[in-house]
Amino acid sequence: MIRLAADELACVRGGREIFQGLGFAVIGGETLAVTGPNGAGKSSLLRLIAGLIRPSRGQIMLEGGDAELSIGEQSHYLGHFDALKFSLTVAENLAFWRDFLGGQNEIDALLCQVGLQGLAHLPAGYLSAGQRKRLGLARLLATERPIWLLDEPSASLDTAGQELLARMMESHVGQGGIIAVATHGQLGPGAVKELRLAARRPVVGADEGKPR
Amino acid sequence: MKPLAALLLRDIRVAVRVGGGALIGVVFFLMVVTLVPFAIGPDLALLARIGPAMLWLGALLATLLGLDRLFATDFEDGSLDLVLMAPISLELAVATKALAHWLTTSLPVVIAAPLLGILLNVGPEATGAVALTLFAGTPALTFIGVIGAALTVALRRGGLLLPVLVLPLHIPVLIFGVSASKAAAGTTPFGAPFAVLCALTLMSLVIGPVAAAIALRQGLD
Repeated sequence: MIRLAADELACVRGGREIFQGLGFAVIGGETLAVTGPNGAGKSSLLRLIAGLIRPSRGQIMLEGGDAELSIGEQSHYLGHFDALKFSLTVAENLAFWRDFLGGQNEIDALLCQVGLQGLAHLPAGYLSAGQRKRLGLARLLATERPIWLLDEPSASLDTAGQELLARMMESHVGQGGIIAVATHGQLGPGAVKELRLAARRPVVGADEGKPR
Repeated sequence: MKPLAALLLRDIRVAVRVGGGALIGVVFFLMVVTLVPFAIGPDLALLARIGPAMLWLGALLATLLGLDRLFATDFEDGSLDLVLMAPISLELAVATKALAHWLTTSLPVVIAAPLLGILLNVGPEATGAVALTLFAGTPALTFIGVIGAALTVALRRGGLLLPVLVLPLHIPVLIFGVSASKAAAGTTPFGAPFAVLCALTLMSLVIGPVAAAIALRQGLD
């Protein structure tokens, strides 16, 4: 069982303290739903977990993971940008991330799973925003990582895409994975802990184990 | 090694596709070298004397092309975040990207240099020396350049700042590259400056990726 926890976390960006005294703990099979108004620090928190920015205080710990690897190296990160090269085809983009992140899965099967079959040879620049997001989801399936960090993953997805996302998240937590998701919409599958960030207020509390 | 091979292949593909910068370098090199006889005039002896230096200057400027985009495009589309999070060493990833840039931008310049030597009335021996010194020296230009590319990654107009940061560091490479190529035509020894040039390249192969990786880690706040 893996456990991701943080205590007394503070984050300063651009000279402004975004949050402080933040704590949470999630175990495998649970979802951490990070909610709050714009600018409350949802994305910053996910980037902190990913190791892309450093906390000004406190630290994030992962128990039960691979001790050799950092938390970021055991995480998938789906941010606001798609990490796609527009001049490469859909299949080339996905194959690159699969090989770069060390996966084995078939490209065609992955594209099928996210509903992009038949678009493999189209340059990624011609995809719509929703289709790009689906390609991002395919990247999460291309390699296994115990932690998923999703920053507003449902943005620009259609109804079917949101159902796909919900199914993927459900199956990931079902296999004992952890999801941290910044969201304005529904909180996600499984046992959800909501971490509500307040805008520019010093202390935020975490609601413990709110089952859905 | 598979992740690095995938990264190399992707960068080369992006460079040779529409909108990539692969052959821009060599075309720019051709332009610069073609302009020299127009500016200097048809004095063949003078052209032959300054030819190797002009070829080196052209190659140096061509190398700078596209260098500012090396990390900036990855930064803008979010790829850089994933590269930073990947379980491979960032230094090796930086070196791989630099290698891809060298293969697509500088290597065509090295290959074109002997042809363009004719335009400048450079003799066959000196032309060979220029091609050889460019082959040995341009990796140093690229691998020093990645430090500038990493430092300016988050700046909107980083492309303008990059040459200012990087060109002073290119000066030693230029000095020894040109003196080695001139040596082939003159009386000065070829071995000593060429050995220094190779040493500069080997040093930059180590220092460049390490420094660039530090800059990238610091810069992404």
